Order: sequence, then structure tokens, then C-alpha cells
Amino acid sequence: MAGDLVLSGLTKRFGAFTAVDDLDLTVPRGAFFALLGPSGCGKTTTLRMVAGLEEPTAGSIGLGDDDITGLRPYKRPVNTVFQNYALFPHLDIFENVAFGLRRRGVKEIRRQVEEMLELVELVGYGDRRPAQLSGGQQQRVALARALINRPEVLLLDEPLGALDLKLRRQMQIELKRIQTEVGITFVHVTHDQEEAMTMADTIAVMNAGVIEQRGAPAVLYDLPATTFVANFLGQSNLVAGTILERSGEDLVIDAHGSKQVVPVKRSRVADGEVWVGIRPEKVFLARAGSETDTGANSLRGGVVTDVSYCGVSTQYLARMPWNQELTVFEQNTGARDTFAVGDSVDLHWQPSHTFVLDARQDATAGVEAEETG
Amino acid sequence: MTRTGRWIGRHLVLFAGFLVLLYLFTPIFVVVLMSFNDPKSRLSYEFDGFTLRNWQDPCQPFGLCDAVSTSLRIGLLATVLATALGTLMAFAMVRHRYRGRAATSLFIFLPMASPEIVLGSSLLALFVSAGFGGVLGFWTILIAHVMFCLSFVVVTVKARLAGMDTRLEQAAMDLYANEWQTFWRITFPLVFPGILAAALLSFSLSFDDFIITNLNAGRTVTFPMYVWGSAQRDIPPQINVIGTAMFMLAVLLVLGGELARRRRSR
Amino acid sequence: MTALSQLGGPPAAVTEKPGRRFTAYLLLLPGGLWLALFFVVPLVSLLSASLYDPSGTVETGYAVTGHWQNYVDALQDYARPFGRSMWYALLTTAFCLLLGYPLAYAIAFKSGRWKNLMLALVIAPFFTSFLVRTLSWKLLLGDNGVVVDTLKWLHILGPDGRLLATTTAVVTGLTYNFLPFMVLPLYASLEKIDHRLIEAGGDLFAGPVTTFRTVTLPLSMPGVVAGTLLTFIPAAGDYINAELLGTPQQRMIGNDIQNLFAAGAHPTAAALSVTLMATIVVLVLFYVRRVGTEDLL
Repeated sequence: MAGDLVLSGLTKRFGAFTAVDDLDLTVPRGAFFALLGPSGCGKTTTLRMVAGLEEPTAGSIGLGDDDITGLRPYKRPVNTVFQNYALFPHLDIFENVAFGLRRRGVKEIRRQVEEMLELVELVGYGDRRPAQLSGGQQQRVALARALINRPEVLLLDEPLGALDLKLRRQMQIELKRIQTEVGITFVHVTHDQEEAMTMADTIAVMNAGVIEQRGAPAVLYDLPATTFVANFLGQSNLVAGTILERSGEDLVIDAHGSKQVVPVKRSRVADGEVWVGIRPEKVFLARAGSETDTGANSLRGGVVTDVSYCGVSTQYLARMPWNQELTVFEQNTGARDTFAVGDSVDLHWQPSHTFVLDARQDATAGVEAEETG
Repeated sequence: MTRTGRWIGRHLVLFAGFLVLLYLFTPIFVVVLMSFNDPKSRLSYEFDGFTLRNWQDPCQPFGLCDAVSTSLRIGLLATVLATALGTLMAFAMVRHRYRGRAATSLFIFLPMASPEIVLGSSLLALFVSAGFGGVLGFWTILIAHVMFCLSFVVVTVKARLAGMDTRLEQAAMDLYANEWQTFWRITFPLVFPGILAAALLSFSLSFDDFIITNLNAGRTVTFPMYVWGSAQRDIPPQINVIGTAMFMLAVLLVLGGELARRRRSR
Repeated sequence: MTALSQLGGPPAAVTEKPGRRFTAYLLLLPGGLWLALFFVVPLVSLLSASLYDPSGTVETGYAVTGHWQNYVDALQDYARPFGRSMWYALLTTAFCLLLGYPLAYAIAFKSGRWKNLMLALVIAPFFTSFLVRTLSWKLLLGDNGVVVDTLKWLHILGPDGRLLATTTAVVTGLTYNFLPFMVLPLYASLEKIDHRLIEAGGDLFAGPVTTFRTVTLPLSMPGVVAGTLLTFIPAAGDYINAELLGTPQQRMIGNDIQNLFAAGAHPTAAALSVTLMATIVVLVLFYVRRVGTEDLL
């Protein structure tokens, strides 16, 4: 389609290390697209190749009908908001923002710069130097400096990484507003899954140089395709199981002696060993032996080993008979029982919330990456 | 420790620092004072009385101003050459990957780690064995000065370049500046303070050098050589005028630079 | 070797174009050639001049005879000034460290907003001619100068005591001349120390002396090593202070090398020069290995 950013077979090797491995990706025009992954996963390298700052080892980059793979950075209708902004310290804010226009010999610079400063709410800051601005203001200058060129694609490399939490939330909303206003394709690289989910309309989760899964945030969260996505995007309980049979539109799975039912379309595999996955907040925690709705999946015989009260919710750890600890979030609505350490509990949840992944994948993939990120 | 004890402890270092600074400055006070000296006899090197005569006619001692002019010419030429060559080397070393980077660094470091007498005598040995023993003078001094200033330029510019964020240049290229525009609009203005510092350092090293120069000067006389020669006989107070003037000029330059910097960052 | 490679910094990450390596050599060529021609080749000339047959003269030329006897003669005749040079350089280095450390420490940690001014003051003496400043020491330390008068009044110096033309005067001058070379690297390495480490030291060991000994000093070692080398090396080769502030009793090896060259005795002078260089190289290598700071080179 016209104006789409198309990466095909994109590969980048640094010596023996493959940073980006045969990547295929289409970013539709006008999308707010997030490239999410832990540090070192190749997301920044991908971005830099699109910007022209890194030369691909193989593959091509297309923008609309043009192949831009071999173009120098300054020949591409692509602009970047750099990590830590890279504002020119020797130029004032006005000249920083005007830089791209001046290089292209555009007329009416003053009016455009002032409009842009207005958009990012920095009117009156034109004659300041970058060092005199706060982090959030510098971030907005970096954005204005890139946006003023009306690029076809705006690349954002961890643009909010240097801001504190509160400012980050504020800027997330701001960025989203500006994107809607200007309608330019945004490709946003981040390691913060929450940031990606709040802002982007499509997320591609990247790990070790390949894209594990792409889709709308809610789809990715609801039905992760790999253990990495299941763990990196939110948290998951992954219980080992074996597919017994297919019954109509459902699969019947044995997990540590109890039968689980999962819709076929929520499974990545048709038979053999699997991980049965369930998000902690989808689990209903009940006293041992209590009855639940018919048709619910259950795992019984747990013992509460840890209770963390978080205000809105309470996080429980329940040790199962096979010695695995499962995580459960319960909303503190006041309508449900609360539990103490040592209580015996059963876990119940809906089959339609269950997902099934290939057991050959590492159940801990993406766990630590999220903690350090 | 008690509070007073700690107060003394905290300020003791500062006090000691001021004393050391005083030690560094004492001779300069003397130089300034002596520039106004009215010596009773030609051989007297004590403060005998105040006069402005030395300042009114600094060129009065025979050959003094010729020596200063020689030093200035050599200093300027050596600065220009050393700064140009050294800056190119610094760029190659910071911005390019090539075989032998470590060896280049060692090569740059060695002249700085050699005693001047060794540098001077080896140059003399070369000039003599190459048959230039008879033409020692302006050009041989210049060659020597460029040689020992080069390393200092490389190190100074390199430090500035290495401290510069390469993403600034990438940002410029991302914003439609080609390589040439990126260099002149971003790289050069940002590295310039380093180049300027290197040039100032070169000039002061060249203007001040005696040991290397003395071995390779032939009959040419630079300002330090003039001072040396007069120290053996009588010391005209005018050399203190030159010393004070150089000092004032440098102070003004530094102050001006600092003021310009403050105004820009305001 | 790490510090030198560190000076190199990261390579530009902008897309590597073919021919960049060629560009690097092109940029290095003029300066490199200059250093090769006027630093390396001269060292070779010096070495060969040190082996000339001393019976020649500058005018008639010398026979290159591999005359190792030059070294034996030079060392026999000039062992005393040679040893004196090393001793004075050592004293100078020690005094510079003693005076320079508090100053560098004060600038790095105690100067507040006066930091730039104090740094400028350390560099300022450079702008007045080295020789003119050394001559003012001659005046200051002179027999009727303020320093001598004060010391006599304090009875530290006897009625016939003098400072000028003594070892004290020469070492004072040397210390004065090379002090900035000690202060600047010290300051640079002290400044890099994260202040929180010193606070953490205070938190864990309590005593400021212990904190200094166990945290600040070890962390500033690269500066100490750089500073001592930058002071010792030029001090060992200097002859200006010995000449202006001392007597023939304070003669250093630099005086002899200079005088021998001036007198046309090139082979002996060259042999002495080579010996000085070799001694310094050996001492420096030994010292750097001993201190264990390989960061410097």
C-alpha cells in the first residue's frame, strides 16, 4: 500500500553476532507502531537501519514505492527522535528546530518553527539553549525538531527513557495526541511493555533479532504466541500439560492429573507436550474443595506461600502439589474472600482465558528481561 | 570528631591549596614588580625604585625586541602547523578504525615522555649528520617546535572529540545535513574549543621553550634565549615588561573567553 | 595500555563507507611523517652519534666506529651529575606530590563555584616566560631577599646562611616549575571520582583519614602516576634551574649535555643523552609495573 514502511529480509550482523535476523515487517501508513523488546534484542538496530545510520547486511527497506535501503540518512523522508535527544548544544532551541528546514532550503522558517513550538507547548523558549531546559522540555524539542520536517515516518528511540515515571506518563499521552494530530507514521522503540501497550495501535515484540509476534496490544496480551511474549508482556502462569484429545472445538489437556479444556483456536499446537497458560488476574482463588461454575478449568491442592497487598489488588503465590508456585491477582473489591499464608486453596478460571503454547519453548523466556528492563 | 575539628578539617585543605597557589604566584608578583624597577647599576637585580621608563621603551635593550619578534613568528607558525597536523591526527584516531591505533597512541605519547634535552640533542644529532649543522636557525627551531607541540595538540583535541556525542552528527544527518554540512555546522563548532585550547597551549609551549631551542638555534636568538644570555651578564628590567605583558594578554584572553561562554549560556 | 586506547574513544557509528580506513591513513600521514622524521629518525641519529669516534669534530665529520668506549668514558666522568639529576628529580617529584595533592584536592572538592578560576590560576604561570619566572626566584632567594631575611629573623637560617646557590634553591625552582604538571593530572583523576563513593566511605569507615587512605587515594592513583611521571621526566633533564639558582656543585646532567654539545664534543654528549633516556625508560617501566597502574599507558 502507498506510504507503508516495508522491511523485508532485513539482517544486520556485527562480526559473528547477528543483531537482526531476516526480519520481515510492514508498518502501515499512519500507524503508531511499537517495537518492543529487552535491551540487546535488535530493536534499536532495526530503527537505525530505517534511519540510514546503520547499513543492513542483507535485505531491503521500502517506503511506499521507493526502495530506500541504500540512501544516505539525509536523503530519506524519515526523521528520528534520539535516545537522550541529541540536541545540538551550541544552537538555541529555535535553530535546533529549524535545522532540518534550513538544510533543505525551505522558506518561511520562522512561521513554521513557531507553529511547531506551539504544538509542543514551548512558545517563548526559542532563544534558550538545550542545557537550560528540563528533561521533558528537551524531549519535546527533539520531537519538534523531527516533526517540523513532515517526515513520512518518525522514528522514536526510547524517547521517554530518560524521564521520571510521572513525566513519562504525561508525555505518553502528549505523544499520542500529537500523533493523532499530525497523522504521521510513528515507529516507537521501547523496552517498556506498559508504554508500548498504552500508546501503540500495533506492537511487534522482538527478541534475539527476530519478531516473536505482532498485533494489537489487547490481542497480544490475550493470546500470546510464545512463552517470551507471555512473560515479557505482563505475567503468565505456565503449567506443563499433555494434549489428550480433541473434542469438537475444544482440546482436552491433562495438567498434573487434572483435565483442562481449551478452545482449539487458542492453542498453538495440536498434540503432544504443551504449556497451559493463564494470566494471574484471570484466576479465581477459592478455599480448597469449594465448588465453582461448571466448565471452569481448575487446579487444586495449592497452599498460599506469600501475600502482597497492593491496594487495588492483592498478589498471592500458591505452591502447587508439583512444587510450582503460581501467581494470582485478586481485585480488592471486598466481594471476595481474602487468604493468609498457609491457607489451602484451589485455582479456577475460564477456558476462554486459557492459552496453550509449545512445550519446547523455555517457560522462563522473557521473565528476567522484563525485570531488568 | 568535634564540630570545630571538622570545620578546621574541611577548610584546612582549602587553606593549604591557597598557600600552594600563593607559591605558584609569588614569582609572578616579582616579575610584575620588577617591570617597574629603576636599577641603580647595570648589574643590580634588586628593587631599587619605581619607574615607568621600562614600559615606555621596552625595546631599549639591544636585540630584545628582535628576539621577541622571532619568538612570536616561530610561535605563530609552529602553532598553525602543529594545530593543523595534530587536529587531523586526532580525527583519524577518534573517528576511524584502522590497524595500528594503539601503536599510534604510543607514538604520540613518547615525545611527551622524553626529556627536552634528549629531544633537543637528538634533533641536533640529525641536523649535524645530515649536513645542516651550519644552517641551524629559524627553520630548524620551527621544525623542533612543531614536533614537540604536535603531541600536545593531538591529546587535547582527542579528549574533546572523544567526549563528543557522535549521535549529534547522526542527528544532523538525519535532519538532511550531508557529510560536509554536518562537519561544518555540528562537528567543527563543537570541537573548536578543543582546537583553540590546543593552539593556545602550542603557542605558550613554543614561546617558552628554551632547552630544545638552545641546541638547534644556531645564531638565531629567541626571547627565552635572550633572557638566558642576559642572566649571565646583566638583567634588563625590560624582560619583566615582556613577561608581564604576555601574562596580561593571556589573562585577558582567558577572561574574554570565560565571559563569552557565560553570555552564551545565559 | 588502556588509557591510551581510551583516549581513542568510540568510533563514529555513522554508516561505514568504503575507503574510511584509507582516509584515516591520509589524515595521519602529515603529522605522522613529521614525528617520524623529527622524533624517531633523530633518536636513531643520536644513537649512532653516541658511537662516533670522538677524535672527529663537527667540521671534519666523525667516523662511525661503534665506539662503545664513549659510554664508559661518559659514565666515568659524569656519574656524579647523573646521580644528582636523578636525586633532584626524585626530590622534586616528592615535593610536587606533597604540594600538588592538597591543591588538586581543594580544587576538585572544596572550591565550589571558584573551580574554574582556581584551575585558571594553576595554568596562569605558564603564560609568563619560564625563564623570567626562574629569574625571579633568583631575586626572591637572593642573599638580601625577603625569604632569607625572614628565615634569618626566625633563626632557621644562621647569620651567614644563604639559599641561593644551594641544593634547596635548585629543588625549590624545579618544584615550582613542574608543580602544574602534577596538579593537572591529579585534579583530572580526583574530579572523576564519584563523590558518593567518598560519602559511602565515610558511612562505612567513619574516619576521614581512613576514607582518604582507603577510597580517595587509591581511586586517584592514575593521576598520581601520571603526575609523578610528568614531573620526574622533565625535572631529570632540566638544567635551567641548576644553572640559574645553583653553582657547579649543583650541576645536573642536562648542564653537561648542553655544554658538551656547545663545545662540539658530540659523541660524549650523545652517549650521555642516550643513557639519560634509557635510564628514564627503565625507571618508568619499573615504576609503572610496581605501582600496578597499567591504565596509564
